Amino acid sequence: MATIRVLSLILSVLSTTTLLWTQSGECNNGRRSGDAVETDFSGFSVPLEHSFELDDVPRFRLRGALQFRGGRENGVHLSQNQLSEKDRNTLKDVAAVDGLYRIRVPRVSLQVDRQTERQSEGYLTAFVRACSLVESHLSDVITLHTDVSGYVIGISIVTIPGSCRGIEVEDEVDLEVFNTTISVVAPVNAPAPETAPYIERMEQEMEKKGKNPQEQKSFFAKYWMYIVPLVLFLMMSGAQDQSGGGAGGGAANGGGR
Amino acid sequence: MAWLVVRLAISVSLLYTASAVFEDQVGKFDWRQQFIGKVRFALFDTHSQASKKLLVATDKNVFASLNSRTGDLFWRHVDKTGPEGHIDVLLMYGQDAVVVVGNGRLLRSWETTVGGLKWETVLDTGSFQAATLVGVQDYVKHVAVLKKSAISLHDLSSGSQIWVENLPDSDTVQYQTIYSGGNGLVFVLGVVPNSHIVIVEYKIEDGEIMNKKSVEAAWMSSLENSCTVISSGILLCADQITQSLYTLPLQSAEQKEMRQIHLQTLDLEVASGFQPVLTSTRPNPAQPPLSEFFLQLSPDHHILLQLKDGLIAPLRDFNPSYLAAFATSGERTVAAVMSPKNDTACSINLFSADTGRRHLDTTIIYHMDPNGGKPNRLYVHAFLKKDDSVGYRVMVQTEDHTLTFLQQPGRVVWMREEALADVVTMEMVDLPFTGTQAELEGEFGKKADGLLPMVLKRLSSQFILLQAWLAHLWKLFYDARKPRSSVKNEVTIDILSRDEFNLQKMMVMVTASGKLFGIDSKSGTILWKQYLENIQPNSVFKLIVQRTTAHFPHPPQCTLLIKDKDTGLGSLYVFNPIFGKKSQISVPALPRPVLQTLLLPVIDQDYAKVLLLIDDQYKVTAFPSTKNVLQQLQDTASSIFFYLVDSSQGKLSGFRLRKDLSTELIWEVVIPAEVQKIVAVKGKRANEHVHSQGRVMGDRSVLYKYLNPNLLAVITESTDTHQERSFVGIFLIDGVTGRIVHEAVQRKARGPVHFVHSENWLVYVYWNSKFRRNEFSVLELFEGAELYNSTVFSSLDRPHPPQVLQQSYIFPAPISTLEATLTEKGITSRHLLVGLPSGNILSLPKMFLDPRRPEVVSEQSREENLIPYAPEMPIREEWFINYNQTVSRVRGIYTAPSGLESTCLVVAYGLDIYQTRVFPSKQFDVLKDDYDYVLISSVLFGLFFATMISKRLAEVKLLNRAWR
Repeated sequence: MATIRVLSLILSVLSTTTLLWTQSGECNNGRRSGDAVETDFSGFSVPLEHSFELDDVPRFRLRGALQFRGGRENGVHLSQNQLSEKDRNTLKDVAAVDGLYRIRVPRVSLQVDRQTERQSEGYLTAFVRACSLVESHLSDVITLHTDVSGYVIGISIVTIPGSCRGIEVEDEVDLEVFNTTISVVAPVNAPAPETAPYIERMEQEMEKKGKNPQEQKSFFAKYWMYIVPLVLFLMMSGAQDQSGGGAGGGAANGGGR
Repeated sequence: MAWLVVRLAISVSLLYTASAVFEDQVGKFDWRQQFIGKVRFALFDTHSQASKKLLVATDKNVFASLNSRTGDLFWRHVDKTGPEGHIDVLLMYGQDAVVVVGNGRLLRSWETTVGGLKWETVLDTGSFQAATLVGVQDYVKHVAVLKKSAISLHDLSSGSQIWVENLPDSDTVQYQTIYSGGNGLVFVLGVVPNSHIVIVEYKIEDGEIMNKKSVEAAWMSSLENSCTVISSGILLCADQITQSLYTLPLQSAEQKEMRQIHLQTLDLEVASGFQPVLTSTRPNPAQPPLSEFFLQLSPDHHILLQLKDGLIAPLRDFNPSYLAAFATSGERTVAAVMSPKNDTACSINLFSADTGRRHLDTTIIYHMDPNGGKPNRLYVHAFLKKDDSVGYRVMVQTEDHTLTFLQQPGRVVWMREEALADVVTMEMVDLPFTGTQAELEGEFGKKADGLLPMVLKRLSSQFILLQAWLAHLWKLFYDARKPRSSVKNEVTIDILSRDEFNLQKMMVMVTASGKLFGIDSKSGTILWKQYLENIQPNSVFKLIVQRTTAHFPHPPQCTLLIKDKDTGLGSLYVFNPIFGKKSQISVPALPRPVLQTLLLPVIDQDYAKVLLLIDDQYKVTAFPSTKNVLQQLQDTASSIFFYLVDSSQGKLSGFRLRKDLSTELIWEVVIPAEVQKIVAVKGKRANEHVHSQGRVMGDRSVLYKYLNPNLLAVITESTDTHQERSFVGIFLIDGVTGRIVHEAVQRKARGPVHFVHSENWLVYVYWNSKFRRNEFSVLELFEGAELYNSTVFSSLDRPHPPQVLQQSYIFPAPISTLEATLTEKGITSRHLLVGLPSGNILSLPKMFLDPRRPEVVSEQSREENLIPYAPEMPIREEWFINYNQTVSRVRGIYTAPSGLESTCLVVAYGLDIYQTRVFPSKQFDVLKDDYDYVLISSVLFGLFFATMISKRLAEVKLLNRAWR
């Protein structure tokens, strides 16, 4: 029950961030409310961990759980805890020294039929500057990238806005709840050369031409009555020229000798 | 008359479409050099006295004929690469050259004068062992080929197989050599290692086994390396362990074991650990070899021996001697021996083979190149002089694949740098200013020290400039009087200086053999060369320009990182790219394998860019590592990121530099290696400029480009090679944050993938396994109609993913390599340079590879000058930038900007090297060659005078009117 409450809280925030995420079109939260019931049914969850330390040595702690639903479209949703008082202070301190905020997930496969070999050793890590996370009031966009076979190959985190302007975040409440947009991105199929539409277009053009018989006529067919006399005339005059030229050439040869 | 009109029309239409090189431009700014590779076999044509032919077969599977007077190629045949085209053996008889290719796959006969193929026969399968010409009664009519388990005899004039016989017991006996003494028999010699030798006698007519015997030889492991046949069919072997020579008459039936001759009895000794080498000679393949032979006892000790009446007698001892070779002219056989003379030179002398007596006045002095390798092969061309004495020329081959052809008394007739047939990487470096230009530059570089000295300095430098200009004028005048042909334009290193538009550059080429070259880009002259010894044959090279010529008086500096592929250990070689001299700068030792290098824009106080080397413990070594540099690195450490790729595990990881030069892991992306394998990772070129931030659309809005300088293009290929399931993966990853910016799969595609990553686009070529054709695909990244932050790009602050547009095209030809043109400011439109296996280089306008090419033409797309989409990419012959100067086996194309925005310098290398200039947007900043200066100046002057006169006339008229 508690998870659902957190979920609804996130959802309400998400609806605002959706606007910022329209470009990628990979947002899954529209369908989430309806599918939330099925979560435990066929999906599985994976811990999302984060680390922000003053000495910059990563010590990962649990941030939340990524819940995947199996099936074709890789739906995911993130249930996460609030930041504690201590964490908030650490985060602000880390931001002050321009430290890093890191997250990591274990390497998993999202394919249901690979449940057994789902988990491989190792983690995928990403980072963002702690100051930008603080200045964006914990609004981040986390994207999980999968390969063709459904393995998660990389995770990325960005904050919106992403800059560090040195603005002080006074209100503690702003740093309590993560305002996260999470999505899973599978590789896009790169287009192959589009021969079929091209041929279709060509055929259409041919048809157009076919409908108009006037245009179909070739240049020669249209103007033969002018060309034939001209050619005849040229041939006649050309023949005369040639005989004259031959005679001239002979004379020149004779002269040369 | 009618034909004239037609012809005129045709020529006018041709003139209009032609955009290629005009005939009179051929060779004006381009040159090509053809190479053959490291010579494995070289035979002089001794068929006639006047012949200039030298036949060579090389490790690059090239079979060629050289002009022995000039070193130029008469003809050249380039076979397939790899073992399929490997030339196993080269035999020559008269006008015919017989070649066995591809581990005994093909037998070919070439006509040597014009290089035409006379015949070709496909041989039976089986790995090749040996081949020999077989003569009967002083004429060679057959060629015998020995395979692992069979022997075949072929007719020399037609190539037809006369007979083929299986060898007895070929599973236990290793048959290695073949010999025929011209008496109707062919001997096949095999060995059972450390046991016995097997000799099988075949009759030439029908391949019948006449005799088969085995002889004890417990000491023998291989026939090929230690044995030879001398005299009238006597097998001679040398063994290091027993310190003996062994003889065995091949034909005698009674002798059951080899006769041992202790080297001690000849007062000789083989150097320990050295496999003695026997060299015999056979002037005529139809006759048995001579009874004289060379025995090499140590790397620099040869001895000429003679076998007479079963006894071996030394004729002459050559100690020390590097190389020895026999040569025959007419009836006389001579031996040439190269001996060291002093530290830098060797002397080659001629000795008569039958007596060992030295021929008088036959010394050739060979000066060893201090920057080259040691000589390792000697080829002798002997000829009879008019007074019937023997004259000779030699070709010396050195470790660095250089061929030097010498004649008496030591004149180098020609030289070929065959290391250039295998260029691995190259860079183009600007030439330095002349002394006077540098003088002026130096004036600005120095700190001011008072007004008067500055004035004096300025005056003196101006005076020097004046002097130089006068000298230049005088030279122009002097040259103008001489006929054009006698003006020598030889390039030397001393007169090298930057030209007005920086079109002439120094090409620094690194070859696989470890020899470095400095080549003038204008003429192709080799200005310096440097052979680096002890380079492992499978080393990887990376050439880095640390300091350009722009920082006078500091010399330019290049660093070559040489990495052993097996151990991963690297070493640095720092040199001056203009003069090729090794720099005196102390180089950091690299005790651990180097994983990655990074050239930073950070410069030290001597203006050298800082090079970071990351070892396998993720520790960073800086070079140079002065205090100043370390301080700067500490200050900027938090903004220095680098990435590592481990393709065996499919792991890409990002690191950040810490203040103490250690590193921390900040991101990790793992592409499972079971599914797909990373084949290439490429960033963008550091010296690339993008002039325009966006593209103006048809509706006057701007589509901004996503110009991420840290973007990496990662190409993967699927491990599944089934034609339906194979794919090529394209990942665009930010090198700083590890963010996957774009991820695409090209289905039913296979490698090899060639790609260019530049500006905001990626172009790649793959093989479509379904339709069996090559396809081009272009990806362009745009930020959209608004820029997120127009002043500066930061990977850390660019939250919105770019819009990606992609389109694919069919390319009707296979591709060897791909590169894009590069210009100074990036204003000129880009072209792709496509190296085709045919040797042509196609300059393909990027305009054709534009994902915004519309399916249906609209008003807006017409406004934008977009070409309507067509699935097939055209190849037009006039786009070939190297017209008929094809580049064999093109492996790489290097592009460099010149001082002119319109011009890009291009070097294509492979077996050949071709250099040219390309003008992707035509020469918009240069006047044409045939620009009519006379007309324009006469019009100008005419107009000027006309205005003067008309002004005068107008004045007069006004005055007259005023008086009226």
